[in-house]
Amino acid sequence: MSLTDVELRDIEAVLDHSPDATAAATTAMRIVQGHRGWLSDEALADIGERLGMSVAELDSLATFANMLFRRPVGRHVVLICDSFACWSLGYAELRGALEATLRIRMGETTPDGRFTLLPIVCLGACDRGPAMLVDADLYGPLVAGDLGAILEAYS
Amino acid sequence: MSTVDSTGWEKPLTRAMRSDGRPALLEDFRARGGYEGIELALRAMRPSEVMSLITMSGLRGRGGGGYPTGRKWGTMPLGPDAPRPKYIVCNADEMEPGSFKDRYLMERNPHLLLEGMLLAGYACEADAGYIFIRDQYDAPWASLEAAIAEAQAEGLLGRGVLGSDFDFQIDLHRSVGRYICGEASAMLNALEGRRPIPRSRPPHMTGAGLFARPTVVNSVETLAAVPAIVRNGLEWWQGLAPAHGGGSKLFGVAGRVARPGCYELPIGTPLRDLVEVHGGGMLPGYRLRALVPGGASTSFVTAADIDVPLDFDSLRRVGSRLGTGTVVTLDDTTCPVGMTLNLVRFFAQESCGWCTPCREGLQWTAAILGRIEEGDGQPGDLDRLAEHGWLMGSDKTFCDLAPGAMQPLQSALKLFPADFEAHITGRHCPYGDVGARALADDGAGTAPGAGTDGSR
Repeated sequence: MSLTDVELRDIEAVLDHSPDATAAATTAMRIVQGHRGWLSDEALADIGERLGMSVAELDSLATFANMLFRRPVGRHVVLICDSFACWSLGYAELRGALEATLRIRMGETTPDGRFTLLPIVCLGACDRGPAMLVDADLYGPLVAGDLGAILEAYS
Repeated sequence: MSTVDSTGWEKPLTRAMRSDGRPALLEDFRARGGYEGIELALRAMRPSEVMSLITMSGLRGRGGGGYPTGRKWGTMPLGPDAPRPKYIVCNADEMEPGSFKDRYLMERNPHLLLEGMLLAGYACEADAGYIFIRDQYDAPWASLEAAIAEAQAEGLLGRGVLGSDFDFQIDLHRSVGRYICGEASAMLNALEGRRPIPRSRPPHMTGAGLFARPTVVNSVETLAAVPAIVRNGLEWWQGLAPAHGGGSKLFGVAGRVARPGCYELPIGTPLRDLVEVHGGGMLPGYRLRALVPGGASTSFVTAADIDVPLDFDSLRRVGSRLGTGTVVTLDDTTCPVGMTLNLVRFFAQESCGWCTPCREGLQWTAAILGRIEEGDGQPGDLDRLAEHGWLMGSDKTFCDLAPGAMQPLQSALKLFPADFEAHITGRHCPYGDVGARALADDGAGTAPGAGTDGSR
């Protein structure tokens, strides 16, 4: 397999701007993840071919990062803040409510491939805690009762 | 939002923000004196004059470290023989738990950061800037992206800023996530596409930094403070806080308070004012026991010290640090051991793994604390925790992540001994009991006691 035309075009745009290919590595991985949902070994090989980097180098970056997924994730990623301000403002109840609503445990993906539930460190929304992100959308302060309506909007 | 409050002072960081909460556009920013700092500098000041102005202002880093900004800039090589290109990197990787002010600044007043970087670039005779922004900050990203486009269109960025011979371009770079990226030298590795482990120094970043070129790394709020100092001058800056070295800062308060949020106040404002006047005090039914004043790597401060002025030196006198100045409260229904455990687990998770004291020490610390919180504390555990504070001192670790983790832990051991004892002897967390809350006797309170129903 290799990079699709669209992936290549997006990566070339970054490379134009980049002092060297290696400096564009994480952005390139993010682009491919945006198209494919996650980064398989194959995806890393495809990216490495264009950037002149080994799979090992790219894997070393991807596994270090918390937003590059080396396993499949759902169409929507729910990130619930578990840092200390949100923790003190109701994280545990919120987590329980999310797990109950989605019928999965933390770290799992719903069987229909719709949602993956993951913890995230401080979202910089401590004054609006407890907080969570669904894709790029920030929500907070949250109570369990808010969850149904929020999650419904994500197909 | 009022930018001039009843005391009549003009808030430099927030004055251009819109009352409808949307990002300040170029026209909003310019209407409030925006870009007048860089205009003045380009028209009437040499780079060295801008640099010495910032040095004389005493501006200290607002990202947590409090390092004097002018002193940092002053180590950049200048003149025609300096290695080029030279870089200004903005650390917008706000990720330390309890920090929520850079998000607010970037979303609501993005042009202020751009102007700050332009001035830093001018003073340091630099060529380009990067804003390294954390992944989960979508709204700040969008806000900055739009602001950069506006600035470029108006000749405020790019070749020949405002028709001068100063060229300066700013690029946004999105992190793929990890707290260690907020360590300045690790951030440079991340920008270079390397695994973001900190670098050893020397060489210092202003000697060989990004792509081995001279680089200044400053935090968002530090850069945001620069334009008003240039525009309004030293006397004005000192006048904002005459007894505390001058200047304003974006403080914040979060937790069980009536009005959590960000508040721009003069440096040296008493902590009590932030929490009670601006933050509205504790919600009904909650009592303040202590707080973490400036992010997860700062030591707890008890309610007894609530009159401490919010400046860099005064927080040291009560055993803590100003750090980010965004306060998170510990109320009397929240277990201090549990809060400390949450903090330590964060640092343990975010260890980059490079140096042994941090990689091993934080896992052990989290494990011991975890056992204590679960009611399985062993004799000697508290001594072991204290010892880990020594083992992870900044003279033993490769960077300040682990020493930072030890600040809330060591302060909790010192300030809440009864809570730790209650977990160990009682073999459970007393705050899990219905209605449990800390008993009020002194500033630190006491753990809910055995045999009480927690009522006051």
